[in-house]
Amino acid sequence: MTFDLFEKFDPILKDYNNLPEGEENPFTVSMEKVLSPTTAIINGRETILAGTNNYMGMTFNEDCIAAAQEALTSLGTGTTGSRVLNGTYNSHKHLEDALRKFYDTRHAIVFSTGYQANLGIIATLAGVKDYVVIDADSHASIYDGCAMGNATIVRFKHNDPESLDKKLARIRRNDPQAGILVVLEGVYSMLGDQAPLKELTKVSKDHSAYVLVDEAHSIGVFGKTGRGVAQEQDVEDQVDFIVGTFSKSVGTIGGYCVSNHPKFEALRLVCRPYIFTASLPPSVVASATKALELITSSNLRNKLLENSMKLNRGLSQAGFDMGTTGESPIAAIIVGEQNTAIAFWGQMIKEGVYVNLALPPATPDNLNLMRCSLSAAHSFEQIDFMLEKFILVGTRLGLLQKAEERILGSDPTNIIHSARA
Amino acid sequence: MTLTVDEIFDRINVLIKPFNKKNIPLGPDTRFSVDLELDSLTVMDLLSEIEDEFDITVPLNLLPDLETVGQFTKAVEQLLSEQ
Repeated sequence: MTFDLFEKFDPILKDYNNLPEGEENPFTVSMEKVLSPTTAIINGRETILAGTNNYMGMTFNEDCIAAAQEALTSLGTGTTGSRVLNGTYNSHKHLEDALRKFYDTRHAIVFSTGYQANLGIIATLAGVKDYVVIDADSHASIYDGCAMGNATIVRFKHNDPESLDKKLARIRRNDPQAGILVVLEGVYSMLGDQAPLKELTKVSKDHSAYVLVDEAHSIGVFGKTGRGVAQEQDVEDQVDFIVGTFSKSVGTIGGYCVSNHPKFEALRLVCRPYIFTASLPPSVVASATKALELITSSNLRNKLLENSMKLNRGLSQAGFDMGTTGESPIAAIIVGEQNTAIAFWGQMIKEGVYVNLALPPATPDNLNLMRCSLSAAHSFEQIDFMLEKFILVGTRLGLLQKAEERILGSDPTNIIHSARA
Repeated sequence: MTLTVDEIFDRINVLIKPFNKKNIPLGPDTRFSVDLELDSLTVMDLLSEIEDEFDITVPLNLLPDLETVGQFTKAVEQLLSEQ
């Protein structure tokens, strides 16, 4: 008798086969043409891109494109080598110099994706006798970094300093000499909430733990020079490692880690996701280097947060159940039923707005989300268009009526707010 | 004070109650994923509560081997004895 390796996927395939067919299927959509950071042709119609993570609209920046084209012509399409075998060009070193300058740190190391940066740093830093303590709502790349390494993994309640304190105290009580790495995120991507880094880093340092902050969704977005939430909350001196990605605000692909640890360069000799994969192509390296330069002096952060506040406020005033507040570039509507969320997505794409359908287990608390990530490149007119379509589809699906009933039922003072809307 | 296996089992059952939406009768062989229909993230939340209840560290690394209430009980007993 032979066993089908794919049998274990039967339950998920069953769900998948129940999805709507054609253009309303969220897993088969593709862009026929990309017109700008915020628009594309999908199913033959011009569509607003509302969930790209392209926070700065950097993908079509003229200077970045020019730098990439120059590199493409002079250095070729790819490196065909790993960083340690044939794949380090001067430009990779210049990009690491640019990161050191951007973060004002002694060391920087570039990975081929942000996912690999987390895999590599977490799995390599924490060895068999060490501990990694992670937030319950951590990104998959953090969980996977834990699974890849040999350390003992402990999880604390999302953004809860008291829970972190308890977990760290227990580890220290049993193992006073243990090396401990606490892994946090500047902004959690699904609901856009910031980590209270002041409190969390204080608790970590009280127990002599190292702190890593993943700024994937906050580089370019927060902080005086766009370094992220650690800069915004003025705790950079309490953070030992910052990990990030070039695939959001920087507008291309790649990951990195920066640090002041004196032995940091050792990672180049031992970090498998750094060593055993091809390095970034020269054109990507060139556009990332240029984008970092532009982000430092960018004045687009205010425009981005203004855009997000406008969409969040509009959706909330319309009566949607919101998972976000508008303090970060994420706007997410909570939809009770999964099938309603899937239908919502399908109707939005037909109306010309491409949002993210985010379902468990990628979301916290088993939430079904219609998630938008705003861009500084969105115009107010585009946001008005998104709002109009959200309200149209939300009304059609009966979500707004329900929201109104819930508000009326729960807190009478809320009526005033909804009436004002 | 050392807890007996039965005491540990009882205290774990109290913690499981809010997660046991269908009121499945709990025994040592009750499986979290199949019988209680808990996804892996919910099992991790439960694990966190068990850590706080018994004041121990239960590494996430143990999760693949903890499929039943009985296995959870045994792991807690083991971890308590190591303190």
